[in-house]
Amino acid sequence: MEQFKRFHEVAADPATYARQWKERTRGRVVATLCSYAPEEILLAANVLGFRILGTESPIVRADAHLQSYSCTLVRGALEEALAGRLDYVDGVVFPHTCDSIQRLSDIWRMNVKTGFHMDLVLPADLTTRASLDYMTAILETFARELGEKLGCEITREALGAAISTCNQIRRAVMRIHALRNRVPEAMAGTDLHAMVRAGMVMDRKEYLSLVTSLATALESEYPTSQFYGKRIVVAGGLCNMPDLFDVIEQTGSRVVMDDLCTGSRFFQGIVEPDGDLFRAIANRYQSRIVCPAKHSGLRARGEALVQMARESRADGVMFFCLKFCDPFGFDYPYIKQMLDDNQVPSMLFELEDSLAADGQFETRCQAFIEML
Amino acid sequence: MGTKENARDCEKERTKIRCVKTMKDIMTTYYIDAKTAEENGKKVAWITSGGPVEPLIAMDVIPVYPENHGAMIGATKMADDLCAKAEEMGYSRDLCSYARSDIACATVNGGPIGGLPRPDMLVCCNNICGTVLKWYEVQARFFNVPLFILDTPITHTAYSKAQHRYVADQFNNYMAFLEEHCGKPFDFDRLEEVGRLSLKGQKLWQAVLDTTMNRPAPMSAFDAFFHLALIVTLRGTQTAVDYYQALLDEMNERVSLSISAVPKEEIRLMWDNLPVWYRTKWLSDTFAGHNACLVADTYTSAWCSSLRFLDENDFFNSMVEGYSRIYLNTGVDAMAEEVLSMVERYKADGLVMHSNRSCKPYSLGQYDIQRIVQERAGVPVLVMEADMCDSRNFSESQIQTRIDAFMELVRANL
Ligand code: SF4
Ligand code: SF4
Repeated sequence: MEQFKRFHEVAADPATYARQWKERTRGRVVATLCSYAPEEILLAANVLGFRILGTESPIVRADAHLQSYSCTLVRGALEEALAGRLDYVDGVVFPHTCDSIQRLSDIWRMNVKTGFHMDLVLPADLTTRASLDYMTAILETFARELGEKLGCEITREALGAAISTCNQIRRAVMRIHALRNRVPEAMAGTDLHAMVRAGMVMDRKEYLSLVTSLATALESEYPTSQFYGKRIVVAGGLCNMPDLFDVIEQTGSRVVMDDLCTGSRFFQGIVEPDGDLFRAIANRYQSRIVCPAKHSGLRARGEALVQMARESRADGVMFFCLKFCDPFGFDYPYIKQMLDDNQVPSMLFELEDSLAADGQFETRCQAFIEML
Repeated sequence: MGTKENARDCEKERTKIRCVKTMKDIMTTYYIDAKTAEENGKKVAWITSGGPVEPLIAMDVIPVYPENHGAMIGATKMADDLCAKAEEMGYSRDLCSYARSDIACATVNGGPIGGLPRPDMLVCCNNICGTVLKWYEVQARFFNVPLFILDTPITHTAYSKAQHRYVADQFNNYMAFLEEHCGKPFDFDRLEEVGRLSLKGQKLWQAVLDTTMNRPAPMSAFDAFFHLALIVTLRGTQTAVDYYQALLDEMNERVSLSISAVPKEEIRLMWDNLPVWYRTKWLSDTFAGHNACLVADTYTSAWCSSLRFLDENDFFNSMVEGYSRIYLNTGVDAMAEEVLSMVERYKADGLVMHSNRSCKPYSLGQYDIQRIVQERAGVPVLVMEADMCDSRNFSESQIQTRIDAFMELVRANL
């Protein structure tokens, strides 16, 4: 679809986008490893926050540092860095998530030259007052240190403005997600995926204007739905495989909602900017659906997914997870059980870095959808 | 019976570590106490191996360690079945095999001791890994009991004030949690007493491990894997102190009598990561066959890795830093420094690294440590891939070949 074209371009080659952006703006690019890197602070520091997601090239160099039993996101990201393909990066931010990312941070710091290296050691338990206090404190320190590294000061005004931009982006993107849910035929899964992917690497102001006009255009173009196919919710760990959506939708069904950190979760929740802005940012992290590497109560993620499936009137849930992803691996059985208890059919697909050429995924995917 | 065999039997008797029997008795009593806790009106808490156990002991709660249980399951070769059972329950085969074994065991009360006693509460400290957090969530759902999380952010390169304050806040919450679930006020005086015993035990354990600086070493890392159990499970008790004192005495006696762990110790090696529980005997024999003794390891010494932060006159407050700054909760470069200093202290001629599929925080980064140790200490390093409990990930012939080749390298490098 025409309106998504720009997103497809960027998503297909984020590196070229970043290089051109640098040339155009003379700005700096800060790479991040997960959705817990505070967008608002990066934006307030006037840098391009750039989420790294694995590699599309074969993994060779990273094998000298990481065992074969680490996930391809971790191995792929290191491969990109070691191969020198991140030459446009001026600094890296490692938010604390899973054990693998935490070790990747060490290995990266010891072996890779991608400018400055910052560890943002976030709490893992996001339910307590103590962790909110701690997160607030380290976000503030992070902003100060980031400013020092860049030779600028992140002012309250700049942070306030950045929060407002990020919130507007989130609102616009969530409008588009809501529309997809209401009128599934309005866009293809790959379109939405490209839009989300672009949102993690594009100049946020440019992105905001694109998603805002897109939301408005789509809403007027697709007031009602004629869609009677199967409605699928996609959930699970990190996923950067646009082909998946095509395979699913070739069956005539549509992805109507997702719970992926490289999907809607990236944009969920609004930062309510009153009082301490760092606390406001921390509050959002504490209240949105968490990544499986974080703790937010014993059933929070399961309940959220059941609710998502119900609200989006899903016929089934497809779980995608990267092989060797521990946090997801521990959550999956109970979440699946909760879906079963609520009569929501689901199926797990474990993936490495790309779809196997043998068509196995296609076959299982079709079988699942036919069964719904 | 020939005199030769007789002599061999006598030699075997002479070189056996006597304390082994005491240890078995203590562990049996400990597990009986734990399993009959309810009848005796005592509460049971499951706690992670790196977690602050002293407050539990001060409150008369019996601590139980699923990881120690996991080790027993591994050593008795019961893990493969339990892991397969966990996989049937939907848990991926790539998850930590302690966690898989324990999760499956809880549902069938299987394993070597018919399952652990049911917990009244769970205490999870993530200073060793993020896996325990997820694992304890699973058990908290299964047993429907309260879960206390002590969240200790990793100290990649620095230990920040903010993180100190955060962990300190949580220690206060921990005391409140115990007061609530034990129904009595927290006994701070008792905690200081327990803390002193804990420190004493840790120091004695370190002293036991240090006896291997002698040539020949009176014990090996394989012995340490066995005698470790008490510093994990009974840290903070007089029992552990007495036991390690006796073990230390026995080791010193062996040193004076030149009784060695490996009959003809020629080569001294260091071990990294958890043991391969179901093959300790085989590995021990294989190395001994090369006249090599594993004189030190990063695993059993981890329980004294934060001694320098603990203060016996202010145990409560020093726990904050002590439990935050343990070996696994630091950066890979800091770990490499520690390995280097151990190679130096114990005069190791080589390093054997168990690349453990189960344990990512311990294993990812090993290749870098390998390179650093080779370069800076100039000793050969072997990385062998296995798993601590799940023997389906162990290839004996391949590992045999690699060890043989490695030993040749070490010999050539002596
Ligand atoms: S996919 Fe899983 S294991 Fe890999 S980086 Fe993400 S959370 Fe960690
Ligand atoms: S073996 Fe590793 S992953 Fe498993 S519980 Fe222990 S520290 Fe955690």
